[in-house]
Formats: sequence, structure tokens, C-alpha cells
Amino acid sequence: MHRTGSLYGQFKTLEQQKDSASLGMWIFLVTEVMFFGGIMLAYTINRHTYFHAFAMGSNTLSLQLGGFNTVVLLASSFTMAMAVWSAQSGKKRLIPIFLTLTIALGFIFFGVKYIEYAQKFHHHLIPGRSFDITYCVNNAEKCEDISAKDMDIEREEIAKAQAADPDLNSHAQLYYSAYFGMTGLHALHMVIGAGLLLWLLHGSLAGRFTPEWNTPVDIVGLYWHFVDIVWIFLFPLLYLIDRHK
Amino acid sequence: MSEHEHTEHIVKPGTYLAIILTLLTLTGITVYAAYVNLGRFNIVVALVIATLKATLVVLFFMHAKYSPRRTQLVIVAGIFWLALLLFMTLSDYISRVDYRGVRAPISQVTTQKIWQSS
Repeated sequence: MHRTGSLYGQFKTLEQQKDSASLGMWIFLVTEVMFFGGIMLAYTINRHTYFHAFAMGSNTLSLQLGGFNTVVLLASSFTMAMAVWSAQSGKKRLIPIFLTLTIALGFIFFGVKYIEYAQKFHHHLIPGRSFDITYCVNNAEKCEDISAKDMDIEREEIAKAQAADPDLNSHAQLYYSAYFGMTGLHALHMVIGAGLLLWLLHGSLAGRFTPEWNTPVDIVGLYWHFVDIVWIFLFPLLYLIDRHK
Repeated sequence: MSEHEHTEHIVKPGTYLAIILTLLTLTGITVYAAYVNLGRFNIVVALVIATLKATLVVLFFMHAKYSPRRTQLVIVAGIFWLALLLFMTLSDYISRVDYRGVRAPISQVTTQKIWQSS
């Protein structure tokens, strides 16, 4: 059975019912803030302690791919907000269009993430026995996606970082563990979000969302924007350390 | 906003468009700023811009600006709690000295370099 605007017994008005639902969602999001906040705190402490290794790790990430994904995710937040607006103002035909755009942008994000992760495998940057932060510098022919100029800069930087931190390789693994942990958890949230969006798409094609009743669109929107906020912080924390050189 | 006068506020597409353009501009600024050497203030600038972006998303995309007061209270309480977590843990770590009198678990040489440069 689908509820389409009927009022539950414990509420006085539809509006009160909706306010209660979004309040509940916000309380859930606050627990998510504490979850990601704790992880970012642990990251910050490690980054402060092993500054050279974390700077080196950050410099091996592709700023082009990360920056592109930031734009994609921000755009998906915009289309999500527009889907909520379509539902609120009764533009029934626009809802599935904006939802589809949001899902498409989400999948572009996944695609770029896949390229990034694959690149890290090829560059020996997966924490474990084969991890080697100097791999690309020593095997330039196997890292063709890095330009010769960038490679020269990287060679110098690694030499400096190794002089400052003799155990650079193991500390850089800490950076990469944090990178995969944080971006992985973020991506997991996006997978859940994409599933919820598909469910909304199904409902919107059946014409279930009206100006009187659009709570699911609104609530999933809150979740999607929250995931965007997590990335807004992950991007500078992970990609933008010590880029000036 | 009292229970009686509150009617759902619909944010207009024009507002959303202005917000997304601002967000994209701020993203550009934060990437540009990362390449300027500001020493230890690079991270401060990056986090201030990120916080500004997050605030815009919360206020407009998530409609917090037009939400009932009790919802706004939950948001502010959440941010306050996060601030407590960050402030108290970081002040502990910054002021901590281990049994050798070294500030951080990294080798002493490196530690001194970090502290001299900052």
C-alpha cells in the first residue's frame, strides 16, 4: 500500500506530519555527521603527525579527476533540489526527469571513482606488501598517465620527504588507508542514495508525488545533499594538501 | 515561526541556480588557493571555503533556512557536538608529550623539523 497524503492518527495536519518526518531525518543526519566527523578527526591527527607522508600521498592523487567529481556531485545536488521543487510545485512530469539526471550524475561519479581506484592499483598505491610510494618515480614507463614534468617534480619531492621521514613508505600507507576508507564509505553512502533515487523514480513515474504529499522526495533529497557535504570536506582534505610547489 | 502561520516555503529555481553557481565558483577558488603558498594557512583557507559551501547547501538545498525552529535546533546542536569532539580531542593531541618527551610518535629529527617549520 502506498500512502499518498492521508493523515496518520497521531498528527493534526499534513504539514505537521511532514515536519516530523524531516525532523527525524535530520536527527539521523546528525548521527552521520558524528560518524564522518570522527573519521575526519582521526585523519587530521595522523596527517598532523606524518605530514610529509600525507603530503606525498595527496600529491599522487589526480586533481583533475577529483575536481571533476566535485563538480559532478555539486551538479547532482542541484538536480536533486530541482526534483524536490518539481514535486512541491506540482510539476509531475519534471520529477522523473530531474531524478534521472541526478542518478546519471551519480553514476558518472562512480565511473570516475573506478578510474581513480584502478589507477591506484596500477601505481602500487594499495596498502599492503606491494605498496611503493616511489613506484611511479622509479618506473616512469609504467605510469604513462603522469606527465614527465609532473614526474620530475614528484622525484624531487619524494627525495625531500624521504630525507625528512625515513619511514615514508609505511606512513604513506596510512594516508592511502585513510583515502580508501573515507572515499569508500562516501561511495557506499552514494550507492545507498542511488538505490533510494531509483525507488523515487519508480514512484514518480507512477505519479505518486504531489504538492500535498512529497515527503519521500524531500527526505531522500536531504540524504543526497548530506552525502554531497561529506565530499565537500573530503575533497580539500584528501586532494589539496601541500599542492603549492 | 509558530505552528499556525507556518506554510511550506518553496525555494525558487532561480535561488537554486544562484547557489550552484556560487558553489562551483568556490570550488574553483579552493583549487586555485591550494597552489598559492600560504604556509600553514593553506588548510585554514581550504576548510573555511568548505564550511562556507556546506553552509550554503544546508541553508538552501536542504531548506534549513525555512525549516521550523526545532529542526534548526537539532542542526545547531549537531554542529555544536561535532565542535566539542574536534576541539577537545585536538587540544589533547596538540598538548600531549610521550614518555621520551617527544611530541609525536614520529622520529625525533622529523618531529623537530615539523615544529620548526610551523
